[in-house]
Amino acid sequence: MVKPTALVVDDNKLNRMIHGKLLDVLGIKNRAVENGEEAIEVHLSGEKFDLILMDRDMPVMNGIEATKKLRAMGIKCMIAGISSHSIGPEKEEFMEAGLDDYHEKPLTVAKLLSLVSKIKN
Amino acid sequence: MDQRNQFHRQVALMRQSLFDQGYIDEQFVQLEELQDDTNPNFVEEVVTLYYRDSARLIVSIEQALDKSPLDFNKLDSLMHQFKGSSSSIGARKVKAECTQFREYCKAENGEG
Repeated sequence: MVKPTALVVDDNKLNRMIHGKLLDVLGIKNRAVENGEEAIEVHLSGEKFDLILMDRDMPVMNGIEATKKLRAMGIKCMIAGISSHSIGPEKEEFMEAGLDDYHEKPLTVAKLLSLVSKIKN
Repeated sequence: MDQRNQFHRQVALMRQSLFDQGYIDEQFVQLEELQDDTNPNFVEEVVTLYYRDSARLIVSIEQALDKSPLDFNKLDSLMHQFKGSSSSIGARKVKAECTQFREYCKAENGEG
């Protein structure tokens, strides 16, 4: 069985560390980048992932822009928005950019498991 | 061996007190559960990073508060980062203060 891979996109170093560790514990190979632009670059260099954990507010290129661009590039994997907003227009806007799922920060083992179970489908 | 046990007990009591007083919440427990043999110092590393990050943010916030007129957008942005880190580590009280601070920023309430 092939193990899934994930990309963490978050400008906050603490979040990158915690989300990375959560993925490690679930046996998911992962790497992290600091903003939307780096996420695009990683894909342009040919890397592919099964799951992208996309933060919303980042400098250089935010999560909404990055999600739109990745979808436009033909990236079809699961993209989960991870943000501090729970409901409202911010969530709507982010979902409309092309997200498959959305979770409020902070990320937990339970939320991650729910995402991973959806990848298999 | 006795001294070690006593020390462990003190640490456990301090930890419980932080929960009881609302300084930390369940998110912190999540982090503790992530610590294992492959990464035995995970909690320590995360907390150390949090302190370093917070110290840096606080310096920036102090500098921003010294400016006149106050740049509420800059302050709000800094507090957003601080709130984000605090939330990830389970620092409940700090997160609550950040939320309050941001309300003041939105209302452009310099006195607050």
